[in-house]
Parts: sequence; C-alpha cells; structure tokens
Amino acid sequence: MNPKEQWIALCAIVGKEVHRFMRIWIQTLVPPVITMTLYFVIFGSLIGSRIGSMEGFSYMEFVVPGLIMMSVLTNSYSNVVSSFYSAKFQRNVEELLVSPTPNYIILLGYTLGGVARGLSVGFIVTLVSLFFTELQIHSLGVMIGIVLMTSILFSLMGFVNAVYANSFDDISIIPTFVLTPLTYLGGVFYSISLLPEFWQGVSQLNPVLYVVNAFRFGILGVSDINITFAFTGVGLFILVLFVYCLHLLKTGKRLRA
Amino acid sequence: MTVALSIKQLAKTYDNGFQALKGIDLEVQQGDFFALLGPNGAGKSTTIGVICSLVTKSAGEVSIFGHDIDDDFALAKKQLGIVPQEFNFSQFETVSSIVIHQAGYYGLKKGVARERTEKYLKKLGLWDKRDTQARMLSGGMKRRLMIARALIHEPRLLILDEPTAGVDIELRRSMWEFLKEINEQGTTIILTTHYLEEAESLCRNIAIIDQGRIVENTSIKALLKTLNRETFILDVRESLTAAPAIEDYQLTLTEEHCLEVEVEKGQSLNELFAALSAEDVHVISMRNKSNRLEELFVSLVNGEKDSADKGEEQ
Repeated sequence: MNPKEQWIALCAIVGKEVHRFMRIWIQTLVPPVITMTLYFVIFGSLIGSRIGSMEGFSYMEFVVPGLIMMSVLTNSYSNVVSSFYSAKFQRNVEELLVSPTPNYIILLGYTLGGVARGLSVGFIVTLVSLFFTELQIHSLGVMIGIVLMTSILFSLMGFVNAVYANSFDDISIIPTFVLTPLTYLGGVFYSISLLPEFWQGVSQLNPVLYVVNAFRFGILGVSDINITFAFTGVGLFILVLFVYCLHLLKTGKRLRA
Repeated sequence: MTVALSIKQLAKTYDNGFQALKGIDLEVQQGDFFALLGPNGAGKSTTIGVICSLVTKSAGEVSIFGHDIDDDFALAKKQLGIVPQEFNFSQFETVSSIVIHQAGYYGLKKGVARERTEKYLKKLGLWDKRDTQARMLSGGMKRRLMIARALIHEPRLLILDEPTAGVDIELRRSMWEFLKEINEQGTTIILTTHYLEEAESLCRNIAIIDQGRIVENTSIKALLKTLNRETFILDVRESLTAAPAIEDYQLTLTEEHCLEVEVEKGQSLNELFAALSAEDVHVISMRNKSNRLEELFVSLVNGEKDSADKGEEQ
C-alpha cells in the first residue's frame, strides 16, 4: 500500500472506532461523567471541605486533575480492550487481517480510537469540573503532552489485554484487579508526601502516579515526582508496548490459527 | 496463461499436532471457475485460511497472480477477495458501513467506495437494507453482504467458502447467476461447496481434497468421463411385486411403481427399455439416483479412506 492508501486505511479504522463509541455514547461517555461528577460532589465538595488544603490548594482543586486523568486513562484502556476483543469475538477482525492494511496501521488505528475516547471523556469531565472549581493552567504543553501520552499508553495496554483475552471475563480482570487499585493508589486523591517513607517508595513503582502528577503539574504547578522523569518513563513504555503489540500482530498471537 | 493461484507443497500442522495439510500442490488459471471439494475436516478451510493469511502455514509457498503472500503480501492481498463460511462482520454495524469500511482497508477513496457500495449492494439486492444493522438481516442476506464486501476492491481472485450453505433454492440460483456473471467479466473464482450440483453446474475445473491431500485435480468434464456406473430410478406404470429379471442389468424394486437399476459405462439404455417392454413393464419417467459428481466424489473419498486404512493396518 502506498502512503495515501495507508492514510485512507488509518482514517477508516479511526472513523469506525469513533463511530462505535459515539453510537453507544450512553454506555461509553455518560457513565464516566456521572462517576466523576459523584467524585467531585463527594470527595471534592462534601468531604473535601473538611480536609482543608493540600500542597497549598483546596482539596477540590487538588483532586480535579487526578480525576480528569483517571477518566482519560480508564476510558482509553477500556475502549481498545472492548473494541478489539469484540472484533476478535465476532471475528470481524478478519476484515482487517485479510486486507493489505499493514500491522502498524491497524495498531495505530485502534490506539487513536482509544485516544479519541479518552480525550472525549476527559474533555467532558473537565467541563463538569468547572461547575465545582476554577481551573488554572500552569503549563499547557505539559498538560496536553502528558494527557496525550497517557491515553496512548493505556490504549496500547488495552490492546495487549484484548489480544490475550479469551473471554469477556478476561477483559475485565485487568481493569478491576490491576488498573483500579493502581489508579486509586496513584496519587489521585492524595499527595504521596502524606505517606510513610516506605510507602512513598512503593508508590513510586506505580506508573499511574507519574501521569497523574505530571498532569497535576500542568494545571497546578505542583508534583510529587520529577516531570522530566515522568515524560521519559511514559515515552519509553509507549515505545516498548508499541513494538510488543506489533510483534503480537505479526506473529498472529491468538488472532491467526 | 496467467496463473491466478499457485500453491506449492503447502503443509499445515496445528499446535495440537493435527496435520491438516500434507504438502498440497494446486494451480488455478486466470478466469477459471474452480471447485475445491472435500468432506468435512479434509483441509479446504485450512487451505483457504492460509491463502488469505488467517492461518499460518507450516511449510510451502502460496502466490496470487505471481505475488508471494509472504514477500509481497500487500499486492497479493489486493488481488484477493474472500467470502468465509461463517459470518465475520460486526453485527451492530449497518450494511453500507460494513462495506464502506472494508473499502477503506484497501485504501479506496470515499467517493469510489460509496459508488461501488451502491453498485454491489444493488446487484446483490441489499440496497434497500443499506441502513439496517447487520444483525437484523436474514441468513441469505448476510451471505450476500459478505459477497458485496469481498467484491468492494474488485479482486481478480474471489474465493467463496460454501457461499450457499443454508440459502434457499431461489436465492441460491440467483447467487449462481451473479457468480457466473462476474466470472464472465474476468474474475477468477474458487468455490468450496457441499452441494455437488453447484460445483457441476458452475465450475470448469475441480480439485478434491481429502485428509490433507489432493486426491483429484482435473476438469469436471474429464472427471465425469471416468464415471463407470450410474444408478437410475425408473418410475413404471404397472404395480410390481418383484423386480423383473433382465440379463446383464441389476434391477431392484424399491416401491410398488419404482425400480432402481445400475447401468455400467457402455451399456445401452435402449436394450433395457426394450427388455422391460417385453416384460410388459412401461417406464413413464427416469432420473439419476444421485448427482453424478456426488457418486464420483464418494468413490474417490472412500477409495482414499480405504487405502489409508490399509496403510494403517500394515
């Protein structure tokens, strides 16, 4: 395929993915927004008002960047894992596998689909958060950069999960038993400086901590971790996962007999 | 003549150790209407799976119009359209979006994709259903949708894996007409089917695959010439209580007004009718007991099975 044909194929995959999550918006866009709104109300307004300030900001101001990032990463992940696994389950992934579309375009297409949903939900959650607090922007570049990279990273993770999954149970195991605990323990609701030293060290093994704090830095200008290290780490993870996903597609792991 | 499909020493052993293909060779010429027959589990779908790269081969070479499926996969795939045995589209997408998305995967511009979608959906009687979700279609419509999808990039080689399975007779006939039409327009077609009448009426050449090996590869005409014996059913006017005894012919009474007779190649039917008339038995109609190709198919496959069994005994 020449570059123009590859571009058309990429647009077809991304278009299909966006159309898919927009068609079922009541399942894909509304629930995370309701959940996040409840977080804003309960943790931000009701409980947050009693917590006082954190890192020099009101608890609501502190928690909003974490909640936006939480919605971005979970939705990027769940979009790719559910869409690609459904395509495997219904066998319509074969439409792509028999076509001349190169593997990297297939991977890029699904990843961008995940990014589109992650960013859509993130944008709506951001709009909702404005009803509860004012948002300042400390560094637009850091904010946009980390949100994009995070949605790419978690989309790729969702892709790996979808490739290995053999049942619909398998696509909920990782989000429930890995992603959710990492997110809740990843500094969304608190600064790790509140933890004993040992648990601060343990927390630094959690990748969600880096993306949440980098995003918080983009908005508030405060972070528990080094921003350069966060960007480098996320970038490296993306590279490794992208290569690994291409390997899975090339070998046809659980896709070709 | 250009070779549309070339398969050399193709072998496939699955992870569980099952050897589905044991080194098959096959060539299909451009413009052919080719039948690939075989009993269930013979290796037909594995062969098709390898050609369209859904099954990873263990050994051998496959090329489509001279393009190797490993070294030149994009060009090879552009020449190929595939209609699988089982429905493999998203049940929640609309008919037109399924076809248009497939066009995108082949790099076709939107304008061309829309134009061709209209063309093929109209030809296959699905245009009125273009905005219907695929899950709402009948089985026959779903099969036609897969044909439209396979044709959207106008492939030079179209492979259909049992395209008329579960399709009613009227629809099957209209699909045959459509396939004949596109074959006449230059598309090479390879068909697997369990309806041997379908293979006999549509295809010019045939390969029979059994237990992972090609056991016959010839023209349908040449194959039918090898048929040594045919069984006819004769409907007779008289009520019979026993089959008449006629020299050189083995007659069996199956019902009161129905006889079955085996006729060897070279035997005259006129002599049989004359002998029956002499016995005061009048034939009012006659038909083949089974499709001629079916008889050959059974004898070839059973022959292969017998020799395999003997081999195992040794």
